Amino acid sequence: MPAVQETIDRVKEIDVDQYKYGFETIIEMEKAPKGLNEDIIRFISAKKEEPEWMLEWRLDAYRRWLTMQEPDWARVSYPKIDFNDIYYYAAPKSNEAPKSLDEVDPEILKTYEKLGIPLREQEMLAGIAPENRVAVDAVFDSVSVATTFKKELAEAGVIFCSISEAVREYPELVQKYLGTVVPKSDNYYAALNSAVFTDGSFVYVPPGVRCPMELSTYFRINEKNTGQFERTLIIADEGAYVSYLEGCTAPQRDENQLHAAVVELVTLDEAEIKYSTVQNWYPGDAQGKGGIYNFVTKRGDCRGKNSVITWTQVETGSAITWKYPSCILRGDGSRGEFYSIAVSNGRQQIDSGTKMIHLGKNTTSRIISKGISAGHSENTYRGLVSAHRKASNSRNFTNCDSLLIGNNCGAHTVPYIESKNASAVFEHEATTSKISEDQLFYCMQRGLDEEEAVALIVNGFVKDVLQKLPMEFAVEAQKLISISLEGSVG
Amino acid sequence: MADVERINTPVEAAIAEHFAGVKATLPGDAGTRETAFARFTEAGLPHRRVEEWKYTDLRNLMREAAALAPALSDDAAKAALEASPWFSGVDAVRIAIANGHVVASASDLADLPEGVTLETLSQALAAGHADLAHLGAIPEAGDNIAVALNSAFMTDGVVIRVKAGTKVTMPLHLRFVITGDSAVATATRSLIVVEKGASVTLLESHDSADALAHQPNNMVEMVVGDEAQVAHFRIDGHGTGAQALSTLTAHLGAHVAFDTLNIVARPGLVRHQVYMTFAGEHTKGAVRGATMLTGKQHADTTLFVNHVAPHCESRELFKTAIDGNATGVFQGRIAVAREAQKTDGQMMSSAVLLSDGATMNNKPELEIFADDVLCAHGATCGALDDDLLFYLMARGIPRPEAEALLIESFLGEAVEEAVDETDEDLREALLSVARTWLAARS
Repeated sequence: MPAVQETIDRVKEIDVDQYKYGFETIIEMEKAPKGLNEDIIRFISAKKEEPEWMLEWRLDAYRRWLTMQEPDWARVSYPKIDFNDIYYYAAPKSNEAPKSLDEVDPEILKTYEKLGIPLREQEMLAGIAPENRVAVDAVFDSVSVATTFKKELAEAGVIFCSISEAVREYPELVQKYLGTVVPKSDNYYAALNSAVFTDGSFVYVPPGVRCPMELSTYFRINEKNTGQFERTLIIADEGAYVSYLEGCTAPQRDENQLHAAVVELVTLDEAEIKYSTVQNWYPGDAQGKGGIYNFVTKRGDCRGKNSVITWTQVETGSAITWKYPSCILRGDGSRGEFYSIAVSNGRQQIDSGTKMIHLGKNTTSRIISKGISAGHSENTYRGLVSAHRKASNSRNFTNCDSLLIGNNCGAHTVPYIESKNASAVFEHEATTSKISEDQLFYCMQRGLDEEEAVALIVNGFVKDVLQKLPMEFAVEAQKLISISLEGSVG
Repeated sequence: MADVERINTPVEAAIAEHFAGVKATLPGDAGTRETAFARFTEAGLPHRRVEEWKYTDLRNLMREAAALAPALSDDAAKAALEASPWFSGVDAVRIAIANGHVVASASDLADLPEGVTLETLSQALAAGHADLAHLGAIPEAGDNIAVALNSAFMTDGVVIRVKAGTKVTMPLHLRFVITGDSAVATATRSLIVVEKGASVTLLESHDSADALAHQPNNMVEMVVGDEAQVAHFRIDGHGTGAQALSTLTAHLGAHVAFDTLNIVARPGLVRHQVYMTFAGEHTKGAVRGATMLTGKQHADTTLFVNHVAPHCESRELFKTAIDGNATGVFQGRIAVAREAQKTDGQMMSSAVLLSDGATMNNKPELEIFADDVLCAHGATCGALDDDLLFYLMARGIPRPEAEALLIESFLGEAVEEAVDETDEDLREALLSVARTWLAARS
């Protein structure tokens, strides 16, 4: 079935030429020399005042990276990246360790204001119920410029700071967990990130603590010819809970910029992490000029029993997306969830999906992925669900739908389902027709026609996922909520 | 890193040696064979890093390269055919191909239905038969290494043409057997051209003695004209030692009805690939399969369904029952081109894992460029349903029998959908494979 008009209109509203965050902040920057070599890595490490072990770790990653080959299996095409033509470190000059927001360059503050990201705690407090507050770590090119609500979080025992600060202040925690989920040589871009990562967030929630507010990081690429390599590490100790949000934008430029992040999540027994992303990097113009290459490794390790990791992502940006937020379900009874809505427009290319690796007994996972392609874009879902020999009674349910708008785009589904355990039950489907008959009957009995009923049910489900995003990040998401998935091609 | 020159494995070297030894004796144009073999030389045996062969690592699984089988004496061929039970209960015109060569004396060549012509591939190659222009009707298949090897080594097979408007009532049965004291390789290629408005049922069976690691490489190409109807039923009954590669290509015109069913029960290693292209409008094509595995068997079914023309319907249904330490693989790709609007494609792969050592790998892919289509794929794997087992056992049926009933009905679904319900003999011939397998299991 073709897409309904309402969907077409909604997708048009977020077309590539409607990009709202394409402005540039003019500000004096300090940069490392262009190119990549051991000296640059030493420079970054020195800038971050890192201990020796961290430098060694980076250098080891770099040496491994040199022996690796750029992956070419994803369904995306782009000119070869010259890794020596990138600045690996760029920081606002005025940002030499600001103690408070007053010391942060007003231009930067203005930037975040324009983006709608509140950095002043008192502003945020006005008119917002305490439980709806969000603590923000704002990363501007290679450095974190501000982290809010640190004090209040510290009272609850939660550590929320930039990863550079964590390396200095909490080395034992960083050493214990960094690289244990995504090893240094996991893949080409993860190795590159391990060598040159500049900033990102670090979260540690101690045993039994429910983080008192949402945590979030806002990534902004501003400087020309730079790459952003952020590293995020979130640890939820036994029985802890944290919800974390990530937003990203970049100026409108004719050149392509590389963003290669690594995100590692660890949940111990009975812990839970919710990780949500609204990815809105500059997607390039209608002819495919410019835009961010988003080559990201995100992985969660449900290390403890009955722990939960949920990935929610809303993807509208980037020229090229190459990203597979995954869950390793190691602990018995652990659960992994992946909810994704990916909209591609213009000449965007998305190759994204998830991996659910069932290692423990009674592990469950659920994958819901909606892909919408318009313009000349390509949108691929690529996902792996696997059960190892010992993953008795594991369960997976996967549903991926895609929708095409117009005749110049493509939608692809590449699922891998590997089961080595007879008691594991895996179901994969790619239709919208599997909506519960009961629900459909209920709606239709109340006078909705079938199409309306299906749209209501599907959107109701999606809404359920998106409502978990805070308002600040939900502008795009809200639009997507109303996109009807009627007319999915499977 | 600089490209490193590929190093031949001993098996690849042995295959090259076999080719050098026999190429002068093979019929037809030597240049075509050389070109096909060059593709193999360049790529080598496929391994797990080659996406299409991800789950069937031939470089690892093929440890020996058997030499091409010599032609058998008529008596030896007849003895082998005698022992091959497949489709024996179905009335058919039988054509025998033993150790890669058509055995005229064991075939009903004189009884070919009116409107059907048949030549052997070796004759056709030697004479430069006009129909050979139809070989390679699906160019994409030519890049496949199993196909390249078949093109390089093919010894014989049949070239069948069903004339326009001919309704063939008696099925044509291609009986492939392999026999010998030591493991041999075969490469057979058949071409079936069904002209406009014709209809035909084709049976295809494969047999070889147990234990020996025979290496058959069989390929059947079908070119189906407008408004034609083709039903194809295949039983892969090679022995437990066999390493069988097979390829079916179907190039479908407009308003065609095409059905193929493949049953796999015994071979140690089997890879069956189907290339189906919808080149004309309003065509319906179905690819189905039932696979039964035990021990250390490895069975791979890989489909490439290509919708080029609009308004076509494709159905794919695969059932796999896996016992012991066996591995099942299903890879299916439905590709829908921009022009192929109103395509209706449904692909389903279900596997039931009967033991702790069983493994199933599913990869049902969709690749869609048209915006007004209905494509769905599904994949499930799991154990037998405990509730259903309980239901049967509560009615006094012992567990092994209850399991057998459930497995038979699970596998049978693919057969039931493919066979005309009035055709009792054919259904029996197909379902009996499952029953034999189940009897051996309990």
